[in-house]
Amino acid sequence: MAGEIQNPIIRVRDITVQFGATRVLDGLNLDVKRGEILGFVGPSGAGKSVLTRTIIGLVPKVAGSIEVFGVDLDSSSTSQRRNVERRWGVLFQQGALFSSLTVRQNIQFPMREYLRVSQRLMDEITMAKLTMVGLKPEVAERFPSELSGGMIKRVALARALSLDPDLVFLDEPTSGLDPIGAGDFDELVRTLQRTLGLTVFMVTHDLDSLYTACDRIAVLGNGKIIAAGSMADMQASQHPWLRQYFHGKRARAVMG
Amino acid sequence: MSGDPKLERIAKGNALALCATGTWTASFAPVLERMVADAEKLAGTPQNIFIDVSEVAKLDTFGAWLIERLRRSLTQGTVEAQIAGLSANYSSLVDEVRRVRATPVVDSSTITITGMLEQIGRTVAGVAGTFAGLIDMLGAVLAAGFRVLIHPRSFRLTSTVHHMEQVCWRAVPIIVLITFLIGCIIAQQGIFHFRRFGADIFVVDMLGVLVLREIGVLLVAIMVAGRSGSAYTAELGSMKMREEIDALRTMGFDPIEVLVLPRMLALVLALPILAFLGAMAALYGGGLVAWLYGGVEPEAFLLRLRDAISIDHFIVGIVKAPVMAAVIGIVACVEGLAVQGSAESLGQHTTASVVKGIFFVIVMDGVFAIFFASIGM
Repeated sequence: MAGEIQNPIIRVRDITVQFGATRVLDGLNLDVKRGEILGFVGPSGAGKSVLTRTIIGLVPKVAGSIEVFGVDLDSSSTSQRRNVERRWGVLFQQGALFSSLTVRQNIQFPMREYLRVSQRLMDEITMAKLTMVGLKPEVAERFPSELSGGMIKRVALARALSLDPDLVFLDEPTSGLDPIGAGDFDELVRTLQRTLGLTVFMVTHDLDSLYTACDRIAVLGNGKIIAAGSMADMQASQHPWLRQYFHGKRARAVMG
Repeated sequence: MSGDPKLERIAKGNALALCATGTWTASFAPVLERMVADAEKLAGTPQNIFIDVSEVAKLDTFGAWLIERLRRSLTQGTVEAQIAGLSANYSSLVDEVRRVRATPVVDSSTITITGMLEQIGRTVAGVAGTFAGLIDMLGAVLAAGFRVLIHPRSFRLTSTVHHMEQVCWRAVPIIVLITFLIGCIIAQQGIFHFRRFGADIFVVDMLGVLVLREIGVLLVAIMVAGRSGSAYTAELGSMKMREEIDALRTMGFDPIEVLVLPRMLALVLALPILAFLGAMAALYGGGLVAWLYGGVEPEAFLLRLRDAISIDHFIVGIVKAPVMAAVIGIVACVEGLAVQGSAESLGQHTTASVVKGIFFVIVMDGVFAIFFASIGM
């Protein structure tokens, strides 16, 4: 337990991912520390989602190693891997809620698989999760097709959190939300990180999110991490893309 | 490592302390729930109750909620149960959980007589709605067809040709194979039973009339309903789910003209062709079996076939094909456009498309049989 605190929660080493002839990630290294919110940025098409999906195990890699919670995902046994999967939650870009289940059933789905608890407790926990992500209990009986975009994101977050994971992956959580909704969402992620002691890996384009929610920022470019550090480090960086990103018109507007 | 969770009762003078220890997390939820249920029975004892959580090693939402549930059930009247010894790490989590309103989940799945009657009523109304929907779509397709006749430039030739390839050209092998086999089976059964009366040669009459008038077109229509009707429904349904159809509409395109009309036209052209090929394959298969199994020489078979059937039989069969194609197409497109947001709905409508398509094909066949009988064909 004590060793785990020192070690990074995700350790990515020399990862290479290739689709056909195009090399998307090229010997990438990244550490995510326990309890931090890491904001992950980079130009469109740079491979941010690919890296997320590679860590989760949805995209095969050509070379490199990935350790999550100190478990090497390539050499782990099935039960070790299941144990890791039980401890992380994923929020997909489009929510990826099961369309034929209600919100309540969606949130209870992982609990039903992994835990043996009574229906009453599951219902109560579902209500607790819905309250945490800022939704009313009435939403529970609705189907995903009856929800707005922002509500889908919130329900998807509630589902990602349903087993009280130690680590959550958020793929563009605030895209498609209005600025107020996005601000609330950042606040929510912060609160949850504080209350549940979460580690958050967040792919985002939202400068506001980077300023308000993230402890550390990593920048992806040319298949590698160009820079990683605090907001101040990013602003001090001389890299041309970073200068454009953090000193552009929109960035200045955010900084006021 | 921290141990299993426990909840101990310690009397402290006038007050009772419930000391929670160990790991209060999701993986211990069943044990925790039982302990909390036991402790809840203390409600009603006229004591001040404290829940001491200072010894809890690890807490998550499940544990925090169960402590909160215990606190709520032990709180009665003015005597409020207190949570003591909360560490700073977990206080925000407990505060968060305290905000949860315990709303009982209403179970809406109870079966009542009125509910069943309501269901029957809705189903009947749904049947009427189905017919209205089909007629509506027929009208919309015809209207779109006339618009295209007036402005031929808006006709989507590429799309029509593409769908022709999908529903006609690519269907040829399977249709020919199945009708060939059916022809073989009909001939074999005919010869087997007719032989007892020494009437082997009449199998040619049966095969010719049956294949050209009924089996050829009916079988092919049923296969097309299963093969292409379902594809149409799934295509249109998933486009509807992703708002592609709404996108077309906002750009000023009529989805009927862009999506439905080329599909309908392709199907109406394809089915007569497939029915013709199917009938030929069935006759060939039947002839082959008659020769190899029944000993009817090919020359004799053809001679007998020429006597037994007239062009009327062929016309009766082939006239039905475009009408059946239209019915299949309309059913498939109505179902496709009726798909709602969920994957389940897509599955239901695709099933409905095939089932209704086959049903209407058989009904139409019956209507045609009555019609041709009355005009003496």
